[in-house]
Amino acid sequence: MSVSIWERSHASGQVSAVGPSDDDLTQLLTIRAFERKLLDLFERGMLNGTTHTCLGQEYVPVALEPLLRPADHVFSNHRGHGHYLARHRDPEGLLAEIMGRRGAVCGGVGGSQHIRRDRYLSTGVQGESLPVACGVTLHLKRAEPGALACVYIGDGTFGEGGVYEALNLAALWQLPLLVVVENNGIAQSTPTARNMAGTIAGRAAAFGIAHLRTDSVDLDAIRTLLAPAVAAVRQGRPLVAEFATHRLGPHSKGDDTRGAEEIAAAHAADWYPRYAAADPERFARLDAAARARIDAVAADVTGREPA
Amino acid sequence: MRVAENLNAALHGLMEHDPTVHLLGEDVADPYGGAFKITRGLSTRFPERVLTTPISENAITGVAAGLALAGDGAVVEMMFGDFAALAFDQLVNFAAKSVSMYGSRVPMRMVLRCPVGGGRGYGPTHSQSLQKHFVGVPGLALYETSPFRDNAEVFAEMLQRAEPCVLFEDKVLYTRAMYEVEPPFALRAQGAVAEVSLPGERPDCVVVAGGGVAHRVLAAMRTLLVEEDVLCTLLVPSRLYPVELELPEVDRVFVVEEGTAGGTWGAEVAHVLHTRHWSRLSGPVTLIHSADSVIPTAAHLERDVLVGAEAVHRTILETLRA
Repeated sequence: MSVSIWERSHASGQVSAVGPSDDDLTQLLTIRAFERKLLDLFERGMLNGTTHTCLGQEYVPVALEPLLRPADHVFSNHRGHGHYLARHRDPEGLLAEIMGRRGAVCGGVGGSQHIRRDRYLSTGVQGESLPVACGVTLHLKRAEPGALACVYIGDGTFGEGGVYEALNLAALWQLPLLVVVENNGIAQSTPTARNMAGTIAGRAAAFGIAHLRTDSVDLDAIRTLLAPAVAAVRQGRPLVAEFATHRLGPHSKGDDTRGAEEIAAAHAADWYPRYAAADPERFARLDAAARARIDAVAADVTGREPA
Repeated sequence: MRVAENLNAALHGLMEHDPTVHLLGEDVADPYGGAFKITRGLSTRFPERVLTTPISENAITGVAAGLALAGDGAVVEMMFGDFAALAFDQLVNFAAKSVSMYGSRVPMRMVLRCPVGGGRGYGPTHSQSLQKHFVGVPGLALYETSPFRDNAEVFAEMLQRAEPCVLFEDKVLYTRAMYEVEPPFALRAQGAVAEVSLPGERPDCVVVAGGGVAHRVLAAMRTLLVEEDVLCTLLVPSRLYPVELELPEVDRVFVVEEGTAGGTWGAEVAHVLHTRHWSRLSGPVTLIHSADSVIPTAAHLERDVLVGAEAVHRTILETLRA
């Protein structure tokens, strides 16, 4: 099998002149507001256990959503709130799940890291979902040709052997597998430079799997870049789509060991101020609406009885 | 029919009658047909659903879980049960948990087949009986191949459970005949728990054993009867866990397994029997197992470690006469 290897990088300085649609912007801002609300609830001692917010990475699932179809499976990980919200637009169900209240998506059993709804599923162990997605895509390839499985992993996930076993199978069996790597440059507290030799592109190339890399936060640019490759995934040509992204917040809560400069650099790359600057009036209006919605969701859910 | 042929026939029947069932494993395709030939003929008959895989126990167990999530059935062959350690995360943290961790029951029709046991000189990493490491995982049922139960029934039952199952197959059974019991003992029941006893006689004790050691127990039962006038009834449960056993009217029970000492399956059986039958037992359930040791390769060293008929005979006699 011969697969051409693409590698491109997008200049990330600007967002599209036209800007995102109201719906896209609302999605982005809703996820941001949701994650901020979680940290707020934590600080007030209202959440049990732990959580991992996707602050800074919200645009990744929002950019991907229109490239996915209802029949596609989505596999998420420990940092999956944005993935779920982009897919199901259900902050009530997710917050109820995280808080163990009535209306919880999984009855409060799974919590932040273990969510299943329709064809969306997340698990809390690194690298575990890729082999599972190979099984699902093996089924899809025969039973529902054209459908794919999209698996979100991080840069740190590449430490797990199961990732390589799965990439090998995906290439070998020509599975419709889309691997989305959210490379935020840090695994919990360890910078990528201290836990990864070589590159993600090199890893994909080793298996003859197509690879795309982007550091853009521009939804349209990302979609334009990915659309042909995602179409190829549906024909059984797996893809590793690498997003050079930034984690604004701590790994979970209060455990950020990065220096001020590093955190400032992450904030400097954030989509939020760029989109705000591009269209201040519309942005402020939609942001206020998203925050108001999440405030209302939180007020509603925190008042509910246990699941 | 030998146990290996019975297993092979069971897989043929399963794949013929259930078009969703896939079989995966290393070297399972024809003409090789698996390291122990249990999958012989399957890839020829069902080429689309039999996948010979890379040496990736973790991934192929995950693939089985993915197929199960999508509504298919899956059977995975571990070439040696020892390698199930490489599949532990997928089995324990994903497949078994998925049955219940998403708040409503998710059916997971998958079976991990694990050839286990020593006696063949394969050495420390190809001879273990790892049953004990899988006991007590929510959503995971454990079975052991027995010469006294048709494996077609066992596979039907495992898939019917709709939760991940591990089937331990003692390698020494593969060449043994099915249902063979020498007189005066007789096979009395063949269902979920097979019973081998002396018809019409009240036994002095019951021996509970997995299918893999059944013949060793039967050899001990013979010498105990002939030389010591001690009569035992053997119970062979097809399902190891969750434990479900009905005891005949006896006050002494032994559990025999090939696994090594420490945290054994027998300890779980003993706990269940103590809880249910403490008042009628004249002593605690006695555990008989292999030594606390790796399993050596040299035949004389391996014999010293693995549980055998002599140890079963000696332990039963000493316990009853104590």
